[in-house]
Amino acid sequence: MARTALIKLRPRRYKKGDIIRVDSVIMHPMHTGLVKDKKTGKIIPPHYINKVEVYYGGELITSIDVNASVSANPFFSFYLVADKKAPLKIVWKDNKGEVTEKTVKIKPH
Amino acid sequence: MNRRKFLKVSAVAGTVVAISPSLPVPTFSAKAALKKRSFEEALKEITKGKKPVESKKVKLIAPSIAENGAVVPVKVEIVEPIHNVKAIHIMADKNFDPWSCSIHLSEKNGKPYFATRIRLAKTMNVYAIAELKDGSFIMAKKHVKVTIGGCG
Repeated sequence: MARTALIKLRPRRYKKGDIIRVDSVIMHPMHTGLVKDKKTGKIIPPHYINKVEVYYGGELITSIDVNASVSANPFFSFYLVADKKAPLKIVWKDNKGEVTEKTVKIKPH
Repeated sequence: MNRRKFLKVSAVAGTVVAISPSLPVPTFSAKAALKKRSFEEALKEITKGKKPVESKKVKLIAPSIAENGAVVPVKVEIVEPIHNVKAIHIMADKNFDPWSCSIHLSEKNGKPYFATRIRLAKTMNVYAIAELKDGSFIMAKKHVKVTIGGCG
């Protein structure tokens, strides 16, 4: 199942070689496996993202190991040197094997 | 190289390629269920026994009073050149599992910076631990007061 994911680049216009900020959000419940369902009284099984990988032009530049104690709809922000015209791909993987991908194009002006 | 030799070599190479992706890669994030552990245990797993030094080079920005423990914004900046910083780890000492997340940086990132949102079960200290290239660890901590817990 594909999940909704967003990637935003700040600032929106940048020159070649500029350091830009990449903000990413994915819609995910991030169940820890510790919370009980209020209606049924059963424990909600753990379901959370445990790995995020960032590729820039096919090259793995950043990886994030995530635990269940990250908030629901996880937000990650980091910097990037926009030194070439290439796609930026972020891959989110969770503990149930779901994989979500989102690609944005880096186009320095 | 004669034909027999070539076939032999290619067959061996083929099986190696086929086997290698199925080999289990041991990463400490791969476990499915959470386990309760103390802060010292979790810290040891990250730093491998080394003691992180508290340093002013790590800038940890978190609210001193968080209204809702389910969403606590945490921002970490390190006053070091990017090629000197290998990874940034975020921990919260009284959570069920104190380790929250780790980012592994490379030189393409340009700036050692990381921001995310974490859950805090109650009032506790948040730690940002930076792994430097020479293998040493520097850290910063901040006390965050939580009025409504977030870890259930």
